[in-house]
Amino acid sequence: MTAKHVEHVMGTVFSFTVRDPGPATGAALRRAVQRLHRIDALFSTYRPESEISRLDRGELALAEAGPEVRWVLERCAELGAETGGYFTARPGGRLDPSGYVKGWAVEEAARTLRESGSAQHCVSGGGDVQTAGGPWRIGIADPHRAGAVARVVTGHDLAVATSGTAERGPHVIDPHTGLPAASFASLSLVGPHLARLDALATAAFAMGAPRALPWLAARGVRALAIHPDGRQETTEGWH
Amino acid sequence: MRRAVITASATAAGVVLLLSLKPHDPAATHAISSANTNANANSGTGGGGSSGSGATDAAQGADASARTVTGSAVNTRYGPVQVKVTVTGGKISRIDVVQYPTRDRRDREINEYAVPVLNQEAIAAQSADIDVVSGATYTSDGYTRSLQSALDQLGK
Repeated sequence: MTAKHVEHVMGTVFSFTVRDPGPATGAALRRAVQRLHRIDALFSTYRPESEISRLDRGELALAEAGPEVRWVLERCAELGAETGGYFTARPGGRLDPSGYVKGWAVEEAARTLRESGSAQHCVSGGGDVQTAGGPWRIGIADPHRAGAVARVVTGHDLAVATSGTAERGPHVIDPHTGLPAASFASLSLVGPHLARLDALATAAFAMGAPRALPWLAARGVRALAIHPDGRQETTEGWH
Repeated sequence: MRRAVITASATAAGVVLLLSLKPHDPAATHAISSANTNANANSGTGGGGSSGSGATDAAQGADASARTVTGSAVNTRYGPVQVKVTVTGGKISRIDVVQYPTRDRRDREINEYAVPVLNQEAIAAQSADIDVVSGATYTSDGYTRSLQSALDQLGK
């Protein structure tokens, strides 16, 4: 038996697959979904009443913000330092920690399922994936071929984050130049925790070739880059 | 018809959605379709034995002729998405995307048409049973919702 749920939240689609459903699974899924809507209400840049929007307008002081918002912005600051500014919670000048929040939200939803006793589940949000247990087979969309998968990653307790120009055009801005970064067609990162991977994927995408893959490898992050000409390049240790 | 609907839902639940890209392709102004060539292989992704038995029941109970239902047009941040589902013998045999975003104010620089297709094609091509896909998002939201509304109509 497998329990599945799809939820539309945070401007994208989240999907849940629970391979070990039990009596508590329905309630756990409801809690996970509530958590996502709560995160959206706090962090959405499209909601004028969200804490992030009010912080951006200067109507809310950081010290007055809720603990989750403060915690996330601290993580964003750490990632900004680690990535030499390639990750920022202010892409384009406005406060927008979405590059961290989406992956974090997926991880939080997965944590809710884990705390309810599930050891075998997969949560995806906006094309980023967090799994528990396994093995899970995670396809990586090929940015050049309609409906095709470029690679398949198989493993336990994996997260995969993909950043790319394919679906939304060149939307990752290099914060150092202010210009859209377009050196990769897509960049996928594999590791244990999605929130960090999501942010590193955004940063490494903005960093571009040829720096990104060695930089990721030095952090122990496995990565698959698909170049505009279709060439695939991986860090060492990618299977 | 109820049993057929259960099958359709189980099949859809096993479908992982992907966006296909047709940059600068004038053909993208036409509707895109995905024919479901191997529904059993597809439903095996998520449904396990339950969807398999549902398919058997449906094959016995459903009208063999094709039935077509058009889902609601769902607004996404990139524009409306609408799908049309054809059910034959209790199984989804075809999904046509009849409407999808072509241009968006917020992403004016995007000159690509994004349309969703069934990832099942990729699964069949690779003989691989894939649980989930990384790198596929956005318009699939509207696709899923329009598909769900079509399946809901089949349930009435």
